[in-house]
Amino acid sequence: MRISIEEKLGVNKYFVNEGHPHIVIDPEYSDMKEKKILVNACPAGLYKINEDGYLTFDYAGCLECGTCRVLCKGTIIREWNYPVGTFGVEFRYG
Amino acid sequence: MDDKMDVIIVGGGVAGTVAAYLLAKEGLEVLLIERGNFSGAKNVTGGRIYSHSLEKIFPNFTQEAPVERKVTKERISMMTKDSTVTLDFQSDRLGMAGKDSYVVLRSVFDRWLADKAEEAGAMIVSGIRVDDLLVENGKVCGVIAGEDTMKANVVILADGVNSLLAEKIGLKKRVQPSQVAVGVKEIIELPQSVIEDRFNLNEGEGCAWLFAGEASNGLTGGGFIYTNKDSISLGIVCGLGHIGHSDKTLVQMLDDFKEHLTIRPLIKGGKLVEYSGHLVPEAGLSMIPELYRDGVVVVGDAAGLVINIGYMVRGMDLAIASAECAAKAIIAAKEKNDFSANALSQYKKNLDNSFVMKDLSFFQKFPKFMENPRIFNEYPNMLADLMTDMFVIDGEPPVPLMKKAMKHVKKVGIMNLAKDGLKGVKAL
Repeated sequence: MRISIEEKLGVNKYFVNEGHPHIVIDPEYSDMKEKKILVNACPAGLYKINEDGYLTFDYAGCLECGTCRVLCKGTIIREWNYPVGTFGVEFRYG
Repeated sequence: MDDKMDVIIVGGGVAGTVAAYLLAKEGLEVLLIERGNFSGAKNVTGGRIYSHSLEKIFPNFTQEAPVERKVTKERISMMTKDSTVTLDFQSDRLGMAGKDSYVVLRSVFDRWLADKAEEAGAMIVSGIRVDDLLVENGKVCGVIAGEDTMKANVVILADGVNSLLAEKIGLKKRVQPSQVAVGVKEIIELPQSVIEDRFNLNEGEGCAWLFAGEASNGLTGGGFIYTNKDSISLGIVCGLGHIGHSDKTLVQMLDDFKEHLTIRPLIKGGKLVEYSGHLVPEAGLSMIPELYRDGVVVVGDAAGLVINIGYMVRGMDLAIASAECAAKAIIAAKEKNDFSANALSQYKKNLDNSFVMKDLSFFQKFPKFMENPRIFNEYPNMLADLMTDMFVIDGEPPVPLMKKAMKHVKKVGIMNLAKDGLKGVKAL
């Protein structure tokens, strides 16, 4: 039985810094190939292409791996930082 | 904080905590700053630790430290969509003292290391993100976190594979996609006895299992399983170099891996208790940054100190050894009260003389070799086809084994096989 990625992230412990995203993307970025890279690579499945072809991203479930930064800083990724201290994901196993 | 510390360490992973312990033990004033709520809160491994380098620092640490299981069983598999060919190595030799390795969970393990550092006298502050390094006259002399500035003679950057700080001051170039892999992992809870039954393990013993081929959808990388006490660490690692060309997302790769005929029975009835992701530096020697400058050194993943040769992945033992090399250099620098690049160059010398650089140099050709797509596509299929010919009986007249083998070898190309074999052997 498959568990959806949303359910998977749901078992994690997060302290979300509401209203203060640590990653800012350019939703207007048009190169589909570049967008596909992020959709493919984000281990949390947080990058999605919506019906209108726009890229959406929800920082709340971020695992803070830095994959999107390595791949697309300077194109789609406008700003990338770690969440401010105490915020973000907290691994209980790791 | 107005006082100037001897050393500020950024990051409470294995490198940071071990450096803090060693320096505090020698009486240096050490402040370790961790952005998570505790050391280990942001850290992930596959994973296992080869004990040798930590054993040197904490003899018999496994008696006390929260390790999950001692690895006594190594498995490597070539996986296709519908088959798995596995090599299984079980031996007492794998568990010999000083040569043993252990499955660990970092959130628990790193906390234990941080406690050790604290007991030795290091000050640990958690929940603070260091934003910048304080640089005066070209010399690093502290850190900046929010509104606060803290000064130190030396800053150790143990802030992991994405070391934003090393990049900011130009010690390190921006990490390239081809130099790293993304790992995604599930912790699946199962009763201890079920794990021991399913993996054929004695109590306290563990299995490390790597999968090449289908697991990473034919891309550079693979699947992994490590047995914990009462859970299984299961995941996929996939190089970022070509991930844009994949017809599957990483999330799908992991789902498909879990559904594979070999994996499904192993995790049946298990309960997902954590889902994590992390980057792994994989380019070896070629991605090592400038390791020191006036008032600063870089250790562990931040310095790219990982060896991945397919059947064996090592990072934590290198991180720990690099922390020891740095600590020794800083202790010597403190004696002379000289924290210049010249004095800290001793760190690089220590590292060069240790197994870290020797092993990284030894395996320096391997990362390039692993970029060969045949390893993750043609070879798993070749093996599976050969096995099928050997074991599937359908009443047809038998074909000599050599002829069977050649049929499959020809598909890949004899020259390719010879070339790859030779390259592989040379890289090892």
